[in-house]
Amino acid sequence: MNARSSTAHSVVEPSLTSRRVASVLVIVYAFVTLIPLFWIFATGFKTPPDSISYPPKVIFEPSLEGYCNLFTTRTRQTSEYIAQLGPPEGICDEVTRRREMVIAGTSNYAPRFINSVIIAFGSTFLSVFLGVMAAYGFSRFKVPLKDDLLFFILSTRMMPPIAVAIPIYLMYRELGLSDTKLGMILLYTAVNVSLAVWLLKGFIDEIPREYEEAAMIDGYTRLQAFRKVVLPQATTGIAATAIFCLIFAWNEYAFAVLLTSGDAQTAPPFIPTIIGEGGMDWPAVGAGTTLFLIPIFIFTILLRKHLLRGITFGAVRK
Amino acid sequence: MAEVVLSHISKKFGSVTAISDVSLTIGNGEFIVLLGPTGAGKTTLLRLVAGLETADAGTISIGGFDATKSAPSSRDVAFVFQQYSLYPHLTVFENLAFPLRSPIRNMSEKDITAKVKEIAGLLRIEDKLQNRATQLSGGQMQRVAIGRALVRSPSIYLMDEPLSSLDAKLRGDLRVELKRIQHVMGATVLYVTHDQMEAMTLATRIGVMKEGHLVQVGTPREIYTDPVDLYVASRLGTPSINSLPSKDFQVAGIPDTVHTIGLRTEHLQIRKGKKGSFIGTVNYVEHLGDQDYLHISINGHELVTLSNPDDGLSTGDEVSLEFVNALYFDRAGNRVHRGKHP
Repeated sequence: MNARSSTAHSVVEPSLTSRRVASVLVIVYAFVTLIPLFWIFATGFKTPPDSISYPPKVIFEPSLEGYCNLFTTRTRQTSEYIAQLGPPEGICDEVTRRREMVIAGTSNYAPRFINSVIIAFGSTFLSVFLGVMAAYGFSRFKVPLKDDLLFFILSTRMMPPIAVAIPIYLMYRELGLSDTKLGMILLYTAVNVSLAVWLLKGFIDEIPREYEEAAMIDGYTRLQAFRKVVLPQATTGIAATAIFCLIFAWNEYAFAVLLTSGDAQTAPPFIPTIIGEGGMDWPAVGAGTTLFLIPIFIFTILLRKHLLRGITFGAVRK
Repeated sequence: MAEVVLSHISKKFGSVTAISDVSLTIGNGEFIVLLGPTGAGKTTLLRLVAGLETADAGTISIGGFDATKSAPSSRDVAFVFQQYSLYPHLTVFENLAFPLRSPIRNMSEKDITAKVKEIAGLLRIEDKLQNRATQLSGGQMQRVAIGRALVRSPSIYLMDEPLSSLDAKLRGDLRVELKRIQHVMGATVLYVTHDQMEAMTLATRIGVMKEGHLVQVGTPREIYTDPVDLYVASRLGTPSINSLPSKDFQVAGIPDTVHTIGLRTEHLQIRKGKKGSFIGTVNYVEHLGDQDYLHISINGHELVTLSNPDDGLSTGDEVSLEFVNALYFDRAGNRVHRGKHP
């Protein structure tokens, strides 16, 4: 098709040298960005002494102590007491006893992690849902004061969200939303929805309205046309928006520290509170951070296919 | 199929009048072509019939029912767009089945498959059914788009320049095909184009539009031979009609009100030599193969007309011209009939 060959996608095949240079650059860049991640990952498998040794150890004997400490609380006991206990149950028991401690119970990491999942995915879903609806409305209908409304929506992003932390803290206390998952979902949605509306409006504007008109003439209502024709073509935009919203909600720290302390606390404020004997328990922090990265890692990889598919490319003859 | 009646339709977009008091009856099985330049209101009229726009005034009845305020889905019309015609996320089969799968039709999947196969056969795209819509060539895409309208048996087919994005060869082929299909199915069609060739060959009647008004409706022959004004006359004919100011040409028996003389090829008799009513000079000749375009300058004006290559006329030749049954227009461009008194 002519339209396709005239786009930027059909540039001349790059030469071997330039491809090699590009590969080297990409590898170097990837290496630089991956060092901190690798260090966190490695720390999770170190013993506490190894984790703070100087010079830092790159080669070390891996241990599961970090992961064990992450999920348990422990108490110190005398060696006589430990000696009279039965054989250790599982690897964590064994590792803990070697430090002259016994496992006293489970830590709060798992519930905090689940809170993070519920709050981040809940607010992402809500942001994208509201964003798609609002973006479609702004894109297709005559909305009174459209430009002002869009500016207003954007303007909620013009200050750092933390600037309104105190008012929100007071409001949430009054409304009984402090330290609730619902409160955190609503808060993250409020922050993300402006981004979602603007991003998605751009994507939906790009979808010619002839498609919906055709569907409506073909016997569908506007809502059905939206679901069957607009949404499938907006997947790229929805995926991109969802990733941005999720990353924000997943990593958000300041509001989480301020507004949650127990029931609704997410993982980011919890991880730094993991304190072992004599300071930070770095292996447990490394382990907690590594596990915390996994969901967003999977989510991004799953949606990356959608991001790259470029579903509407070449569909339109101009 | 059904009769569609538009009566006194008007539509404004803000302060711009798109359609102004248009009345038109599209008979059952008729193929009506709306002809006019960009911005004449053709597409708006089509969208009004489809229900994609609502009229400010006037009524639209489809098959005897008042559809003026109905939603597009309940009007039982089919629309072929100029472009953006196929759903890019669906296969050809799914595109064709899309109208049939609509909840209001409630058709069984078996009937849908049968119908899609039948239409695919009619359009000669059976082997493309499993392709993604985006993998088709332009001609195939437009065929499928027409097919998506044909799978249903709506009251009326609305087509908005369905062939204009295609190259000339394909356009010609599909034009013939469209006429054949319309004949086979006995379909009622309202078709928008700015291509006079499509209008002449497809239409049972042509409606010429200008600035939101329907200026003249008639058979292609009527529109061509008996235009109501200079605007309509200039829409049809290749090369387009020559308009000469009557003050520079003394023609016997011409009414006083005539301001412009309209001349098509058939209104001119051209001979080599200097014996005739008017004497002109051949400026140059464009050879088209079977015919020549003759550019003649006469009394300070230029005429373009067709001629037979065997006439042997060449640049610089002096020719004599006779006007035969020329069309006359008054100062406002309205037609003045010979010998008739107002």
